[in-house]
Amino acid sequence: MSVKIIVKDAVKKYGDNTVIPDLSLDIKEGEFFTLLGPSGCGKTTLLRMIAGFNSIEGGDIYFNDRRINDLDPAKRNIGMVFQNYAIFPHLTVRDNVAFGLKQKKMDKKTIAEQTDKFMKLMHIDEYADRMPERLSGGQQQRVALARALVIQPDVLLMDEPLSNLDAKLRVEMRTVIKEIQHNVGITTVYVTHDQEEAMAVSDRIAVMNLGEIQQIGSPKTLYQRPANLFVSSFIGRTNIMDGKLRVNGGQTVLELEQGYQAVMNNVRPECQKDQDVKVSIRPEEFVINTEGKGIGAVIDDSVFLGLNTHYFVTTDSGVKAEIVQESMIDSILPQGMKIYLTVKSEKINVLTEDGSMNILTGVLNDKPE
Amino acid sequence: MTKTKKKVDVWTLISLTILALYGLFLLYPLFKLLLESIYKNGAFTFQYFAKFFSNPYYGTTLVHSFKLSLAATVFSLILGVPLAYLYNMYEIKGRALVQIIIVLCCMSAPFIGAYAWVQLRGNNGIITRWIAGLIGHKPPSIYGFRGIVTVLTLQLFPLVHMLVSGALKNVDNSLLEASENMGVTGVKRFFKVVIPLCMPTILAAALLVFMRAFADYGTPLLIGQGYQTFPVIIYNEYFGETGTDHNFAAAVAVIAIVITAVIFLFQKWLSNRFEFHMNALHPIEMKQAHGLKNFLIHLYVYLVVGLAFMPQVYVMYCSFRATSGKIFVKGFATTSYQKIARDVPLAVRNTFVIGLIALAAVILLAILIAYLVVRRRSKLNDVIDTASMIPYIIPGSVVGIALVIAFNRKPLVLTGTAFIMVVALCIRRIPYTIRSSVAILQQIPITVEEAAISLGCSKLEAFFKATVPMMANGVLSGAILSWVTIITELSTGVILYNRNTITLTLAIYTQVSRGSDGPAAAFATILNVLTVVSMLIFMKFSKTKDISF
Repeated sequence: MSVKIIVKDAVKKYGDNTVIPDLSLDIKEGEFFTLLGPSGCGKTTLLRMIAGFNSIEGGDIYFNDRRINDLDPAKRNIGMVFQNYAIFPHLTVRDNVAFGLKQKKMDKKTIAEQTDKFMKLMHIDEYADRMPERLSGGQQQRVALARALVIQPDVLLMDEPLSNLDAKLRVEMRTVIKEIQHNVGITTVYVTHDQEEAMAVSDRIAVMNLGEIQQIGSPKTLYQRPANLFVSSFIGRTNIMDGKLRVNGGQTVLELEQGYQAVMNNVRPECQKDQDVKVSIRPEEFVINTEGKGIGAVIDDSVFLGLNTHYFVTTDSGVKAEIVQESMIDSILPQGMKIYLTVKSEKINVLTEDGSMNILTGVLNDKPE
Repeated sequence: MTKTKKKVDVWTLISLTILALYGLFLLYPLFKLLLESIYKNGAFTFQYFAKFFSNPYYGTTLVHSFKLSLAATVFSLILGVPLAYLYNMYEIKGRALVQIIIVLCCMSAPFIGAYAWVQLRGNNGIITRWIAGLIGHKPPSIYGFRGIVTVLTLQLFPLVHMLVSGALKNVDNSLLEASENMGVTGVKRFFKVVIPLCMPTILAAALLVFMRAFADYGTPLLIGQGYQTFPVIIYNEYFGETGTDHNFAAAVAVIAIVITAVIFLFQKWLSNRFEFHMNALHPIEMKQAHGLKNFLIHLYVYLVVGLAFMPQVYVMYCSFRATSGKIFVKGFATTSYQKIARDVPLAVRNTFVIGLIALAAVILLAILIAYLVVRRRSKLNDVIDTASMIPYIIPGSVVGIALVIAFNRKPLVLTGTAFIMVVALCIRRIPYTIRSSVAILQQIPITVEEAAISLGCSKLEAFFKATVPMMANGVLSGAILSWVTIITELSTGVILYNRNTITLTLAIYTQVSRGSDGPAAAFATILNVLTVVSMLIFMKFSKTKDISF
């Protein structure tokens, strides 16, 4: 049975140090929900509050209608996967997986059946009688996952489960995790600092910084319409430039450096006034031309990555920027070459000058008010 | 951090229980000891402290003890640190045997060493006569300051070796390779890299050696010949044949505690300046030395270990010598063993029963306390942490006297029971076991326990099913040393034992003090054999072949 999780005005303090001042979010039943943020943003703290390993200094956490603040972690029926896997080194793979079932005093037959089922599901049945120290990192990860799922928990909690794996295995395991989660249909809360990983696995992501939620939304929303400067620069890569918004007879125009102007058709009506703004332009939202149109810049360096080529440029007013273009068959633009840049105005994001708010329409934020 | 406000956390209960035990068996006796030193016939008095400080004789003993302990510490480090280095850096033939001998050496009661050295190098000792024959006149006397320092050094440098070896096991090989890369090799590397890396441990070893030397009274008693030391006063004033003064003994004991406390704090201050942690990913690989170097390495190792072991060998040899009355005569016989045959079963049984109960209690309490200290930081557990370290600074004989003062009259009479001996052993040994358990626990990620809890374990179940099994190996390798220290403990036992609770070590002591050298040697031999056997059994069954402190 899966549950929905409601966090309401949660507060976490260590002594006088407030780590999470006031945090609310709703996680839907069966959803793959990710807490994403830089280290120290409070994402693991929040996960451990849900798990019951951290005390809660204020607010409430519910599984469906049940308030779980004071419920013993052992009684919350959660499956948890830890960053270091926390496999019991003194037990075999089978005993590790069976641990939770034995704890529930199930009969031997059921334990054996369920253990076998989940070991098969995770493709670790052939190592059933090995000791964990003789498993690779990926295999240990599978054991941890099988152990967490076999008890049929209401919620699956994962704390940076892939951070100890090498890059290739990480990509492989995140597919495995997503598939299993999908098949089992269990409400999952996943913590990571890796935005690419978060985008790959999540239904929805909550971006956190300094103990506060910045934005909650689907990977697509977060990338295309970030709610503020932090989200826009934390999710994916972006160039932040200063700009000016000018309203001229019903038309809103964004003015960037060197007098380059782009017409913006999606500025929120209440924000359509003359003002200084910050502009977030992703590397692929620049268009390069050599006809002298737009912002003048000189190429400092280029990196060929197969599908795309990255250019690092300095504009004529000295701003550094990164541009991505689909690689062309003939040639790479040489270092020192003078180019001109225009932007894809329907894609770029315009933010208030302090970066606290995106002033375009279409910004979705599920963060409860 | 209690999550449920209504229910009392099981760990809080454990904290309170342990605190109560400390209160009853450590703090209360110490309080009684303090009271005894300043309270006489219904009135407070400082006359006993005044007596100590007004008579220069007592001050002299204090100076003596300091000089002795300092000298023994310095020499133990000079012998022990290079030994540990060579032993861990190079292939040594007969490594396992050397290991066992070293443990035997540092675990035998110091008075056995003193006693054997008197036999070997005394006025009429074998070696004395041999050297005299060789050079034509008597070599310098072993008695007095020099003798005590010699015996204590040979007794205590193996301890330095064991501690520093433990530290060297945590030194990553790449550190040594890196220094080699930068042109620091050989002796230079030893002083510039290895010693600084082991500094925290060397300081800890220095403290341990100093404390043991300071608290020892068996050696000065046997080999001092008038070179009076501080602990001897305590013992004489409490248990001496004539003119005992319990209040004065208590006052001297209090002074002893103050002094050791000051030394302890000084060492803490010093070692805080060298504090760092190491964990070797790639432990040092032992190298095979060649030619002269190899020869010199083996010579040093065998020589110092042999020297330390000589008294033991001599005692074992003596146990098989024929005796006439109390005197050894020519030839070999088993008369010494026959004489003690009737007493051996009881002594062995006591050694095992008291020892095993104490060991079990020490391990259980130590891992519980380690857990509280590491995983459940709170004011309450800080108090436990501090209390558990108190025995570090209290000489064994003072523990014994404090327990006697506290429990030899109503409401709780425990003197003369095996229980009080178990208590004394626990108090003496627990600080060491706690330290090692804490170190082990700090290596174990807390998530393993949380995993168990999330899989439905209660807090206590998670502790016993996940954390304890992971600690087991490390705790076991410390346990063997606890065991050996327990069965060879003398200083508290000699104050607390009686006819029914006599152990092997105490039997040796009583035989020596009666002048029955043969039976004493026989008891000592039996004890050595038992020590070796328990170590062999341990090494066979334990996964780690290491014996760690």
